[in-house]
Amino acid sequence: MLEVRDLTAEFIREGEVLRVVQRIGFDIAAGEAVGFVGESGSGKSVTARAVMRLAPEGSSIRWGGRILFKGQDLLALSEREMTDVRGRRIAMVFQDPMASLNPVMTVGQQIDDMLMRHMSLSGAQARKRTVELLGLVGIRDPEHRADDYPHQFSGGMRQRVLIAIAVSCEPDLLIADEPTTALDVTVQAQILRLLMRLRRELGMALMLITHDFGVIAGMVERVYVMNNGEIVESGAIDTLFAAPKHPYTQALLAAVPRIGTRRSA
Amino acid sequence: MTAPLLQVRDLSVVFPPRRGRPPVRAVDRVSFDIEPGRTVGLVGESGSGKTTTGRAILQLQPITGGSVSLLGRELTTMSRADVRAMRRHMQFVLQNPYSSLHPRMRVADILAEPLKVHRSVAKAEIPDRVAELMRLVNMDPAVVKRYPHEFSGGQRQRIVIARALAVNPDFVVCDEPVSALDVRTQKQIVDLLHDLQTKLKLSYLFIAHDLAIVRAVAHRVAVMYGGRIVELGDADDVYENPVHPYTKNLLEAVPIPDPARQRAKLAAATPDPNFRGRDGETGKCVFGHDHSADHSPEWHEVGPNHAVSCKFWPPGVTPLRS
Amino acid sequence: MSDAPAPKKHHRGQTMVFIGLAMLAVLLLIVVFGPSIAPYSPSKTSPNSLDGPTAMHWLGTDSIGRDLLSRLIVGGRGTLFITFVAVALALAAGLVLGLTSGYMGGKVDLIVMRILDVIFAFPVFLLAIAVVAALGPTVRNLILTIAIVYTPAMARVVRGPVLSVKRWDHVEAARSVGVGEFAIAIRHVLPMVISPILVQTSLILANTIFTVTALSFLGLGPPPPDPNWGSMLAEARQFMELAPLTVIGPAVAIIFASLTFIVLANGLRELLDVGSR
Repeated sequence: MLEVRDLTAEFIREGEVLRVVQRIGFDIAAGEAVGFVGESGSGKSVTARAVMRLAPEGSSIRWGGRILFKGQDLLALSEREMTDVRGRRIAMVFQDPMASLNPVMTVGQQIDDMLMRHMSLSGAQARKRTVELLGLVGIRDPEHRADDYPHQFSGGMRQRVLIAIAVSCEPDLLIADEPTTALDVTVQAQILRLLMRLRRELGMALMLITHDFGVIAGMVERVYVMNNGEIVESGAIDTLFAAPKHPYTQALLAAVPRIGTRRSA
Repeated sequence: MTAPLLQVRDLSVVFPPRRGRPPVRAVDRVSFDIEPGRTVGLVGESGSGKTTTGRAILQLQPITGGSVSLLGRELTTMSRADVRAMRRHMQFVLQNPYSSLHPRMRVADILAEPLKVHRSVAKAEIPDRVAELMRLVNMDPAVVKRYPHEFSGGQRQRIVIARALAVNPDFVVCDEPVSALDVRTQKQIVDLLHDLQTKLKLSYLFIAHDLAIVRAVAHRVAVMYGGRIVELGDADDVYENPVHPYTKNLLEAVPIPDPARQRAKLAAATPDPNFRGRDGETGKCVFGHDHSADHSPEWHEVGPNHAVSCKFWPPGVTPLRS
Repeated sequence: MSDAPAPKKHHRGQTMVFIGLAMLAVLLLIVVFGPSIAPYSPSKTSPNSLDGPTAMHWLGTDSIGRDLLSRLIVGGRGTLFITFVAVALALAAGLVLGLTSGYMGGKVDLIVMRILDVIFAFPVFLLAIAVVAALGPTVRNLILTIAIVYTPAMARVVRGPVLSVKRWDHVEAARSVGVGEFAIAIRHVLPMVISPILVQTSLILANTIFTVTALSFLGLGPPPPDPNWGSMLAEARQFMELAPLTVIGPAVAIIFASLTFIVLANGLRELLDVGSR
């Protein structure tokens, strides 16, 4: 479904060009869950944003290569055509849910908006669907909570709202960029379960970006490990965990704190 | 058993009511000790009161009740000038290495500041001590003329640690010292803290939400929920034989870096336990004790140096008797 | 492919600050060297009154034959001197009050801010008229008055960012190390709030130019014969049709001076990224 070939991303700052993604290629099949693991600066988030063609906040970026989504090159689309793809066909969930929500609109209005714009629903139809969606992501009493503002939700609940917005138009691909990094461990577990359930129920593909091998372990079928803008290793999740080949992957896996590792002295 | 370096008794912090919201008991009768050269891990989720506890111990947060004594000296009743002088013995490593360094001060000045404040070395020896501190945290003393933004997150956290160690403290509160860092950097910083503890006989209060990291650093662990410690014991006991249902829940949620086991775990159905259920209840507690009758603390020994609170047990859950 | 707002903004800020500084240099030249660069004495009369521009008098003469260009230069010196000194005083007072009030918080903050609110509640101009009228229109009184009426605005500009900066981590870190409160306020808080203060000071300078000229226009400025832009406008008003330059001259000068600070303020705002956080 998604074929990425020779993707490059270059930041342009005061005349200087900094290449942060170096001619990488990867695939995601329909309904497949794929993980991208790397440290900060590895280019994993920029890669995720490339698929949405979003430049990171306050920067100028130049993409190169091809991103074929169902045979259509996203990098060749006009900005207007891309707007139809974003949210409707490919949706994204970010690390900081508060920054991605509009603080002066109720969460219901924000989901209604998506549904009315992309799914051409009427106001009443949209609200009915909004309430369903909020229920789907595990928000109790969705009829009333729809009229609350983002600040009235806890961090975990906000991330649920964001996921509800992301899946509102039943996208073919959901990109989740560090969706649980800012959350508590128990909330993280709930959000991961929610993503698994939605993927199954809605049949969407999942692109999960994280620095944490623990998060990715139970969630995806295949992994790409990124370092310095390159994919250094890829493969089926079980194989990669059992026998990492690249020294970078080995170092990352070795550094993962394990609950069973007791103090050495 | 050695005398504790730090003794915290019934420490309470109540945030006054704001904008019509009721007052919040952020820290509620917290008690524990830290022995010299040992680490107590304080775990809990956001809002559990763990950071406020750390700040209250360091007298950076006004307290409502209880006592904190360091090296046998009571901090809570001290004058502000005396507390400032006591800061020579107790230091703080904050969570975010990007915001806890003054962005417009050079590293040399950042490290010299505590030395000047406490006049711990003669003025002429300050550059030598700064270089020594940089070496202590495995950094090149040649870079002290640089500004914080020229360093990576891990390097900045080393600088933060160096600043905390400048005045040779006995006790350091580390508040989520690695949670803003990449996994490999986390490991390096944890190893560094470990080495420094051995080398300098430091005591740590290590506050974190990541249970796996706490396991790797702590001798004893305190689990906080709703402003209270609900379980306190030696790290191995708490991790291998957790008794309080909240501790169990917290441990259960930690992802395992093993695909097959983690998949099974995510697939398993989860109850959503309600730990607030029994709060404020009267009559017999889950251990069959009526605390309101004899005003005993709601605290029960379950093993050597291992105790749990009978508060915050979900309805219907009882401790298994062995 | 996608656009870059941030670097462009930075670049535009640089250009604007550069232009603003060039304009400011002109103003400073007038303040420092006013009388020596003016071609004539500003009070020297000549028989050719209300003349248009000539080779002798580039901008013509006023109603009693004084050289307009010379009067503009020397008058500008008067207006700008009052403005600069008054704003400098207001800035100093505002810094002390705003930093103390914001940093200490609690009762101190409440009392200081309530007192300043009382001053702030009056329209700047009405208050200035009242004070100058009561004390008498001397240069010293004018400076004091303007300093007083702008102090609350300055104090607020300082206090706002101080309220947030004092909660930043590096401040808590300094306190945990044992640094004293006064040193924290000066070394750890103040340097962080300089940017918004610079921008606001520049804006207040632009406002003050208007206040000073308006007071002089109403006859509450420095007493004659010293010229200033406000009184020049007032005198020239009746001859507006005969010699439009006598009005346009000071008007353009006033606009130029206030534009200088507005350009500077906007440039600094973009360059220092004030207000986007």
